[in-house]
Amino acid sequence: MSEIRSDLHYTEEHEYLQGTDDESVYVIGITDYAQGELGDVVFVELPDTGVILQKMEVFGTIEAVKAVSDLYCPVEGEVIDINTDLDDDPSLVNSDPYGAGWMIRLRVSDPTEVDELLTPDGYAEHIG
Amino acid sequence: MSEELRQTALFDEHVRLGGKIVPFAGFGMPVQYPTGITEEHRIVRQRAGLFDVSHMGEFVVRGPDALTLVQRISINDPSRIAIGQAQYSAMCLESGGVLDDLLVYRFPDRFMLVVNASNLRKDWTWIVSHADDLDAELEDVSVDTALLALQGPAARQILTPLSSVDLERIGYYRFLEGEISGIPATISATGYTGEDGFELYVLAHQALALWTSLMQEGSSYGLVPAGLGARDSLRLEMGYALYGNELDEEHTPLEAGLGWITKLEERDFIGRDALLTQKRIGLARCLVGLVFEGRGFPRSGYPILSGGEIVGALTSGTVSPSLGVGIGMGYVPAHLSAQGTELQVNARGRMLDGVVVRPPFYTEGSIRR
Repeated sequence: MSEIRSDLHYTEEHEYLQGTDDESVYVIGITDYAQGELGDVVFVELPDTGVILQKMEVFGTIEAVKAVSDLYCPVEGEVIDINTDLDDDPSLVNSDPYGAGWMIRLRVSDPTEVDELLTPDGYAEHIG
Repeated sequence: MSEELRQTALFDEHVRLGGKIVPFAGFGMPVQYPTGITEEHRIVRQRAGLFDVSHMGEFVVRGPDALTLVQRISINDPSRIAIGQAQYSAMCLESGGVLDDLLVYRFPDRFMLVVNASNLRKDWTWIVSHADDLDAELEDVSVDTALLALQGPAARQILTPLSSVDLERIGYYRFLEGEISGIPATISATGYTGEDGFELYVLAHQALALWTSLMQEGSSYGLVPAGLGARDSLRLEMGYALYGNELDEEHTPLEAGLGWITKLEERDFIGRDALLTQKRIGLARCLVGLVFEGRGFPRSGYPILSGGEIVGALTSGTVSPSLGVGIGMGYVPAHLSAQGTELQVNARGRMLDGVVVRPPFYTEGSIRR
């Protein structure tokens, strides 16, 4: 059974957003369900720090053994940090998707957009 | 899905083990278990893995003209197969395109043809249609036959205490009929991984008992069940062709690098004329192996380029779990097929630099030739 954390926001494309102490900054990664479906992650390609992402813009790709998937940024914002640990160990996405397997930190332009994302219950329903 | 997926005799066991079931050639088959494709691959290279490949098709050919029929459809020469030996071959259309690749087993009183599940109906129709004038009896025993592949450097140690026959008597591409854990089996020293190992043909209703016995005996050797994902990356590291990827009706065995099994002299078979002509004229394109530098994941279907021009496409690609680099195969014009030729692959807009090599990519396997 995939873990769905109660304190996160979700997208239909299987990203999560996790709030931080700074209310306009969110950590983005992919869900436990997504990593399970993708299988062994081999590469993660992430944007440069400082890049401004539009809502639903592709911000990276995730290469798993079985398939390659695009990563979508569900809200507009600026990339203020990326997880460079994934260069050396992309399998962190598999082993700890909600922790060490995070991907980018985003300074969200309009935090109210985050409230429009899926709730944990909504995401649970989405993945059936 | 319009059609219900078929299940092998081990389907419930795969589900019980947490196998991720995917549609493959009309069957629901485990692509991986919770161990994961990469780790299953590594364990087969280091210890041993157990694969259910019961979806493969088996046809039995008997009768006075059995050899004549196999001669007619097989590009390799079945008259050279000794009793107790298996031979890798292919069937071609008149055009020389590959209908399927197969294994031909010679028993004292019959041949057994082992074909790809995805081609089973097509192959059956083809063979039957070329047997009209012959005194040969054909039987499709696929449904009643299960096939387990025990592969890896520890496979022999695991199987030895369970086998009624001395495994050391079974040379590479040879087989014996015996019993494994009391279950009648055709014990074949063949495989698709580049590792030492055996393929075991048993009656479908005894497949679970055999699987359970092998897993139990193998537990102290670190044996794990391995899925189709690992099977694919293992075969690709060896440069073994896969029907539907490297092999199809549009490419000939000569183009696919199967000249070594194409026996054109002093015999006749379907497709021979086309292959002789192609051999005389020379190949316009051929299958090459590619090794890639740097980050990036080559995949089937990605365009191959030379000097900015598209010259072909990858038929298979992966990041080799054993080597840690991207590897792939694909058809390119013959003048670009020499070892060391530098080619590029367009991986969704990112250009990967590749160099032509002669497979196998992985050369450390435990396979005993």
